Amino acid sequence: RFDSGVLLLSTHRLIWRDQKNHECCIAIPLSQIVFIEEQAAGIGKSAKIVVHLHPASSNKEPGPFQSSKYSYIKLSFKEHGQIEFYRRLSEEITQRRWENLPAAQTMQVNKSPQAGRIRAVGIVGIERKLEEKRKETDKNISEAFEDLSKLMDKAKEMVELSKSIANKIKEKQGDITEDETVRFKSYLLSMGIANPVTRETYGSGTHYHMQLAKQLAGILQAPLEERGGIMSLTEVYCLVNRARGLELLSPEDLVNACKMLESLKLPLRLRVFDSGVMVIELQSHNEEEMVASALETVSEKGSLTADEFAKLVGMSVLLAKERLLLAEKMGHLCRDDSVEGLRFYPNLFMTQS
Amino acid sequence: LPQAKYKERGTVLAEDQLAQMSKQLDMFKTNLEEFASKHKQEIRKNPQFRVQFQDMCATIGVDPLASGKGFWSEMLGVGDFYYELGVQIIEVCLALKHRNGGLITLEELHQQVLKGRGKFAQDVSQDDLLRAIKKLKVLGNGFGIIPVGGTYLIQSVPAELNMDHTVILQLAEKKGYVTVGEIKSSLKWETERAKQVLEHLLKEGMAWLDTQAAGDPQYWLPALFTELYSQEITPEEANEAIP
Repeated sequence: RFDSGVLLLSTHRLIWRDQKNHECCIAIPLSQIVFIEEQAAGIGKSAKIVVHLHPASSNKEPGPFQSSKYSYIKLSFKEHGQIEFYRRLSEEITQRRWENLPAAQTMQVNKSPQAGRIRAVGIVGIERKLEEKRKETDKNISEAFEDLSKLMDKAKEMVELSKSIANKIKEKQGDITEDETVRFKSYLLSMGIANPVTRETYGSGTHYHMQLAKQLAGILQAPLEERGGIMSLTEVYCLVNRARGLELLSPEDLVNACKMLESLKLPLRLRVFDSGVMVIELQSHNEEEMVASALETVSEKGSLTADEFAKLVGMSVLLAKERLLLAEKMGHLCRDDSVEGLRFYPNLFMTQS
Repeated sequence: LPQAKYKERGTVLAEDQLAQMSKQLDMFKTNLEEFASKHKQEIRKNPQFRVQFQDMCATIGVDPLASGKGFWSEMLGVGDFYYELGVQIIEVCLALKHRNGGLITLEELHQQVLKGRGKFAQDVSQDDLLRAIKKLKVLGNGFGIIPVGGTYLIQSVPAELNMDHTVILQLAEKKGYVTVGEIKSSLKWETERAKQVLEHLLKEGMAWLDTQAAGDPQYWLPALFTELYSQEITPEEANEAIP
């Protein structure tokens, strides 16, 4: 029954109030607490605090239950707050402030025979404090928003300036040096402004991306060799960023750097399949040759789906599918597309003609 | 000789403007540093503030997530937050692909990503996930966002899904499944068209066929099975995610 509510802590009591029915309110004096322990969250379980209690005194106020076989209660934090609440509750139990300060207001008990409805007047003071805290947080946020607006105004000026420069560059085609173009692009990159001249992806072709391309060539050589010479761009993104830990690459950084691999004569290249899938290949890798061995594998087994082929050869399903599709494009395989999946067969039309 | 003079002037003009931009950039960088020293935490801790921030950037034509080398990323740390989230999204989608064919609800993705991040990590909102996914599209892996019934389905495979497929996904969202009969009555399609679309979803592994249901065969979308939510990613599935 006490399923969904808000837990409040005062110097004297632990109070729970039902979220929907604000009249339903239960409380326990902190003096009743022997000790508390935490229970971590798990699969399908929320984080909890277990509150072990002294036996109830004989003059205890009426509550939701007259007695219990348990000497503890469990507070279940379904959304959040367990860590902070545990800390605060521990503090209050340690400090025992209720021994020094008399409770400011008395509790009025509704003597109805139904399960404990306590109209605790002390709640009002607590709510006022929460309201003040909320106002304070709001003030911080409004200050942040104000500063943010001012910052954005300045950023907007930068955008305008870059547009005006871009126009000048367009007018004076050929009279602006390549060096200056590169400089301009790097300014755009810093601000995150799209190149107004070519509308191409942000800051492509800057020194940063050139350096990045060279770095990638170094980092990816070994992983590529381990994976048969080819990796999807998402694999590369994850691999590189996991290795970096900090100062991660944006997806666009990666793509823009990879676009420069070939022109920088590095030993890797970017390739885009018909499906739009993007891969990095070693220059020494020849996907068309791999198709020949794929054909052998498929022939041995009679027919294969991309999943089956992937498992056999030890490739990702994504790349396995691309290889089979390429083989089909080259005429070595043909497909059987049914609801059971896409299956590839050796193209007997080719071999038996 | 006059031509050379004109050329010179042209270069000088551009040089002037570039110098001006460089100076203003330095000033802006200082402003941003000041902002970061006061409010960096706000961005880190407050998902609503992040939304405001992103929206304002978009309005003025700035993409703070375009590059890790951008000022925004370097000084506010927004970059690392979203790029790392991108990695986590890719991993979850890869691990679960064999279950759902590469379609997953934003809710389930959110739950699984939160689990993977552990309880001490920064909070992540659904809006954060959507922004990270929009950035991932450029990697060519087929990442897409499909609006269905008030939420979104996230596609993470390069399967082609056109308007017909999307409309059927939206229809199926209410109950988790759809039948040919329902498609014909709601959308007024011919049987052939409905069947074609459903078969495509079956082939991609995004739909499963239940022929034993009473009445019309039901096409279920594993992405929408609520019972499968918060099912842990198994070690085998996790291996799929990190090749």
